Amino acid sequence: MPTITYTDATGSARVVEANVGDSVMETAVRNGVPGIVAECGGSLSCATCHVFVDEADFAALPPMEEMEDEMLWGAAVERQDTSRLCCQIKVTDGMDLHVTTPETQV
Amino acid sequence: MPTGPEGSAGLLIIGSSQAGVQLAVSLRALGYEPPITLLGDENHRPYQRPALSKEFLQGAITKESLIYRTQEYWDEHRIRVVRNERIIRIDKRDDGSGVAHSMSGAEIAFDRLALTVGARARRLLVEGVDLPGVLYLRNADDALELKARVPMIKDVVVIGGGFIGIEAAASLNKMGRTVTLLEAGPRLVGRAVGAETSSYLLDHHRQHGIDVVLDADVRRIVGSGDRVAGVELADGRVVPAELVLIGVGVIPNTELAESIGLECDNGIRVDAHALASDGVTVAVGDVANLPNPVPGAPEGDRIRFESVNNAVEQAKVAAYAIVGRPEEYAGVPWFWSNQADLKLQIAGLSAGHDLTVVRQDEAKGKYSVLYYRGDAIIAADCVNAPLDFMAVKAAIASGAAIPPGEAADPAVQLKSISRNPS
Repeated sequence: MPTITYTDATGSARVVEANVGDSVMETAVRNGVPGIVAECGGSLSCATCHVFVDEADFAALPPMEEMEDEMLWGAAVERQDTSRLCCQIKVTDGMDLHVTTPETQV
Repeated sequence: MPTGPEGSAGLLIIGSSQAGVQLAVSLRALGYEPPITLLGDENHRPYQRPALSKEFLQGAITKESLIYRTQEYWDEHRIRVVRNERIIRIDKRDDGSGVAHSMSGAEIAFDRLALTVGARARRLLVEGVDLPGVLYLRNADDALELKARVPMIKDVVVIGGGFIGIEAAASLNKMGRTVTLLEAGPRLVGRAVGAETSSYLLDHHRQHGIDVVLDADVRRIVGSGDRVAGVELADGRVVPAELVLIGVGVIPNTELAESIGLECDNGIRVDAHALASDGVTVAVGDVANLPNPVPGAPEGDRIRFESVNNAVEQAKVAAYAIVGRPEEYAGVPWFWSNQADLKLQIAGLSAGHDLTVVRQDEAKGKYSVLYYRGDAIIAADCVNAPLDFMAVKAAIASGAAIPPGEAADPAVQLKSISRNPS
């Protein structure tokens, strides 16, 4: 099963088994991973599912679209080179993704 | 199902949509230990509603993806989720505890009550509304029925040009149906956006093939045989329809609150801590009438929101009140509405503005209206312009100024001209 590792701003990690086709945001919210607020439920309206993707994993993800890129400029914690809104990252077969959640989403 | 005084439900949250779910989740996050029962009257696991008129209707996401939390989450956090039970009567004591009686005959003893009972679709009172094929869109069952009918129909009439009506009309139009949108007022979404934004949305949806009729005076819904066939307007015109979707606003579900003596006036009246007039019951979400949480709002101003953001933020405040660390609700309300390829994001409340500034970049399809009261920016409607939305939301929250003269140039980034209060 694909797995997503969510590490919070203090370094504490949680590994969650994910379903192919779900988003990384949905996987987090459904399992109650703290640090992902996702107020808009994944419709790319709120920028509260911001994550920093592990550098080693980042390049393998499909590139972001313009709207996600724009929304990221408004995230609560300043974006970095590996920032993504995880509602836009779909879980794929065999995925083993590592992300870090920022200190706050709002 | 808890059935007796012997097994108390603990905190009984009636209503398992956004507000109720957030309240339960926030309480556990704050270390609240007593039992929590989250009770809903639908036969579904707690799910999110906003996508029902958009991504779900269009088939872009499944019902499963609307579910808030896995059962494992609820079990692990000792939140008892009860579905398909409708509370019809409550016996409440002065200390806030009591017994709730459900339609199926269950008696649920509770130590404290939270009412997150939301609002129901306002019914349209015209001839023909009971015909098969006349639908409302408020919950998952409504959406499932609508979705099941779409493949079998061509002509749709949507009555009501508020968010639900427009979102559904845009979805159905995108799905290849012939859509007529009938709005009783002179402009679209008149309650939530300013005149410029209404006009922009009107032009956009007309250009994309939705026949929008403003000032529409619906006389009756016409049947043929035993099913709907059209909608008759006051001028005698009959718009053909194999399906009629009605979205004419909602009515807060205050009946239970009224029956236990809580003050109600366009919703259950609560204070800045989400406490109702008995000082112990909390009310959160679409059903609550609360002090305007916008920093600097006029003293005594009250408001009832129909929004996810409010349900979430007010639920957090209610959770703090319940754990005895009261915090006042303050924040910048925000709303979103996806209408086919339009993403509308609204920051703040524009009521009382005395100046608007329009920013439009036609080439990029971006359109924003900024609202000012005096020198202060108080709100913005932003279409496909998330940077504007984010900048205005941040400015309102921090009390920063965005000079209207400079803001009128769409090439200027609002964030770059935002000035923090000195």
